[in-house]
Amino acid sequence: MSAINDATLFSLRLSLQVATVATVLVMLVGISVAYILARKDFRGRVLLDILITLPLVLPPTVTGYYLVILFGRNGFIGRFFYDLTGWSIMFTWYAAVLASFVVALPLMIKTARAAIESVDKNLINASYSLGHSELETVFKVILPLSRKGIIAGVVLSFARALGEFGATLMIAGNIPGRTDTMPLAIYTLANSGEWSTANFMVLFLTLISGFFLYITNRVGMRAV
Amino acid sequence: MGLSVNLLKKVRGFTLDVQWEVEDGMAVLFGFSGAGKSMTLQLIAGLMEPDSGSIHLNGNVLFDSAMKIDLPPQRRPFGYVFQDLALFPHMTVKDNILYGARGLCRDERKAGVKKIVGLFRLEGLERSFPAEISGGQKQRVALARALMGNPGALLLDEPFSALDNPIRLEMRRLLKDVRRKFNIPVILVTHDIIEAYTMADKIIVYAGGRIRQAGPPHEVFGNPVGPDVEMLVNMAGTASLPLCADLHLN
Repeated sequence: MSAINDATLFSLRLSLQVATVATVLVMLVGISVAYILARKDFRGRVLLDILITLPLVLPPTVTGYYLVILFGRNGFIGRFFYDLTGWSIMFTWYAAVLASFVVALPLMIKTARAAIESVDKNLINASYSLGHSELETVFKVILPLSRKGIIAGVVLSFARALGEFGATLMIAGNIPGRTDTMPLAIYTLANSGEWSTANFMVLFLTLISGFFLYITNRVGMRAV
Repeated sequence: MGLSVNLLKKVRGFTLDVQWEVEDGMAVLFGFSGAGKSMTLQLIAGLMEPDSGSIHLNGNVLFDSAMKIDLPPQRRPFGYVFQDLALFPHMTVKDNILYGARGLCRDERKAGVKKIVGLFRLEGLERSFPAEISGGQKQRVALARALMGNPGALLLDEPFSALDNPIRLEMRRLLKDVRRKFNIPVILVTHDIIEAYTMADKIIVYAGGRIRQAGPPHEVFGNPVGPDVEMLVNMAGTASLPLCADLHLN
């Protein structure tokens, strides 16, 4: 059996698809939350920060466990969906997206928040006093000036989403041809001794992750 | 007409409690660092909220704690030049100036930028970024940007403090010129006595969050109300006063 077969290609494509969708969501939610944490003072700010950062330090299986409790067929949120539509996110590729999203989100928020906080307050005040609304100021001043951190956050999030294993296993399962992203497929292949295919996937993941780290470093080094 | 302010603001052991007004003309807020001068500008521009008081510009209420009126900074028609100038580093000179245009159509903006670029002698620098131009040029861009929106008054927070002496003199001359052309009140914050003496139509002396004395320069310098104001005024020293006379900008 050759290393590259339909199953390998499926895993590869699924992984890219899951990581891409998750990263887009991470960008939208992550940048918004990072902005709020960086610029707004409100009750529960510290709690929100901790909740969002937890997946960074918890074992991914624990994060996945929480996701099952929340979004499973009998979960706090999943139950309503199931009653309403007869559909559950469990064991679909959407679940893999959800897992990757939750695990990658803190990386985006941490880097974007630091970048937004480092934007000179006087520039923001100048924008306001020149007649520009908060939203305009975000898009024309704050985001352009924090783009380095945001790009770094996006790249890290994508790499993290691509490598997501534990939480995905808990909520999306490891269903061949449906939810077996590359990290899951590698686990299966190693268990069943299919070394040549496993080698190919491991090498591919390593190269692509190394490439992303290289990009992050380059972005980080470039002057504003 | 003009600008009148009545401000009370308490922050961490410091109380600002001032009341003054200026007609058209150049008012200089003068005093040591930490006397509340910069804070006054921020309160006027709406970047901080006073605990109580009122701010009126040309008959319009911008802030009034009793009437519960508090316009956001976007709706207060001031041209604000920050101490560090706050030019947007990611925008060209032209884009920085354009960013100050308020509610104009495209053609008006284009014409406005051209006019103001000429007025501030910035021709040829339109495509440069702030990091690529000199201190004096940055200064002129900041003024141009502040004036692009046709403000009702100019607020200048020690705008010349980072400049070398010759450029500083040139900037003072330019500012006088600008004030005459636009004919709006200018509030200039400084702790430089020569600047205060040569620029002001009215000097407002700040000390510890309060006003010690206000009036035309010759009056304040001639008859300081107390030893503290006298000390402030004498900070100029004997060396700078002849210089001051030489460079009379009126």
